[in-house]
Amino acid sequence: MISKEAPKKIYTVSEITGGIKAVLEEAFPHVWVEGEISNLRVSAAGHLYPSLKDSSAVLQTAIFKGTAKDIRFKLEDGLKVICFGRIEIYPPRGSYQLIVEKIEPKGAGELALALEQLKIKLEKEGLFSPEHKKPVPYLPYTIGIVTSLTGAAIKDMIKVLDRRFKDVHIILSPVRVQGEGAKDEIAQAIKDLNSYNQSVDKGQRIEVMIVGRGGGSVEDLWAFNEEAVCRAIYNSKIPVISAVGHERDWTIADLVADYRAATPSVAAEVVLPKKEDLKFQLSALVADLGSALSQQISSFKNDLVDFSHRLYLGLDHLFEININRLDSAGHKLSLLNPVLQLRRFKERITDLAHQSGVRLGHILEIRQARFSRAAARLSGLSPLNVLSRGYSITFKFPSQEIIKEATQLKPGDTIKSRLHKGEIISEIKDINLDN
Amino acid sequence: MAELKFEDAIKKLEKIVEDLEKGELTLDEALKKYQEGIELSRACSQRLDSAKKKIDILSKNKKGDFELKPLDEKDIEEKEE
Repeated sequence: MISKEAPKKIYTVSEITGGIKAVLEEAFPHVWVEGEISNLRVSAAGHLYPSLKDSSAVLQTAIFKGTAKDIRFKLEDGLKVICFGRIEIYPPRGSYQLIVEKIEPKGAGELALALEQLKIKLEKEGLFSPEHKKPVPYLPYTIGIVTSLTGAAIKDMIKVLDRRFKDVHIILSPVRVQGEGAKDEIAQAIKDLNSYNQSVDKGQRIEVMIVGRGGGSVEDLWAFNEEAVCRAIYNSKIPVISAVGHERDWTIADLVADYRAATPSVAAEVVLPKKEDLKFQLSALVADLGSALSQQISSFKNDLVDFSHRLYLGLDHLFEININRLDSAGHKLSLLNPVLQLRRFKERITDLAHQSGVRLGHILEIRQARFSRAAARLSGLSPLNVLSRGYSITFKFPSQEIIKEATQLKPGDTIKSRLHKGEIISEIKDINLDN
Repeated sequence: MAELKFEDAIKKLEKIVEDLEKGELTLDEALKKYQEGIELSRACSQRLDSAKKKIDILSKNKKGDFELKPLDEKDIEEKEE
């Protein structure tokens, strides 16, 4: 109701603003104000714009570069301060602000104090204990995400997904991440993802979840400092990666989470490996596969060479036994008296010895040929060629023991070396145990 | 192989290399393992280049059962502006 008695005075916006400016600036030319810093902004020019607040009001302030450079401590959100300055009206915006000329810290801010108190409480209960932290799976197939559908976080994560490994299934539980009800929605979403796991087969279960949001003021991130959210993270059976704000933002949720990612993009990078890395891993495995096979084949080759040596030596041994047996038979026969009989037997013995030698030689040739062919077929390596390449086998003479180490011999011993063609008998002059 | 997860395929491939490196196989077995390994590595490499991805939104229906609905990525973009 406009009073009829009062003269009707109509101000323009500029006039009324000018009037307020005159009154206010005169009333508060120099004041001390106590409050908590919040939403500190730094302009490109270096001016600081912190808001001062208490439980029921907010006061915009400006600290110009010239004043700011003299402040010794670091201005941070949540810090309680006392400012000295003057109130100024800024007509183009119809706003007023405190132009700060001096600023002093005053103990810890109340929000920060509340944060500190919750931190101490949860720490005592063991919510941050490293033993409780679950490992983050490598290359999970199903990933849960708790965040807002409208924020930067989900966009950032999908961007990472698009340029990294795409063979994944993401299950998103959308929530409000700030304001009234945010903490309860976040806590419920974490529980829901856990219950979802109970309702599906093992192969479809969520293996890891990311809980977070993009950057914002301390107040915007506050839901992640709430007890309900912290407890839901602690009670989650699914490993939780927290991804709240930027690198510098630490919340209590970060302390409870199984893994703290600096940002949502980093969280996505942690669970989604780079395609290039996987390609590298794969090609390394294929290289290993190839070398394992060729190693296997060369070990087969070695076995074959070894077998043929042993066969060769075995036949040689057999041959000598038979000669010895014939010698002793001859000896026995020579003891028999009738000269004719003796002569006849002698002839037969000579004959037998000859035949035996021929037959064994023949068997030897057949076996050698068969193994040469087998070796050539399997590995392209003819084992007997080893000798033709200049290798030899050394035996102790006359015992036929194969010499593998110099310690088996001493000076004065006699050795027999089998070469590709023929043998040589040598006497040991000196033993050198090196190598 | 079609339904084998990438991670499982890699693990299987690692096991094959390990088996081969132990050298306790016959030549036939070794060649068979090698062949199997090569096939696995081909499948993995195809999987790496595939553009398949799936993003679902979790919700509860009236009965209280969980439901998955595909996310329309355009929704995200529009709301942000």
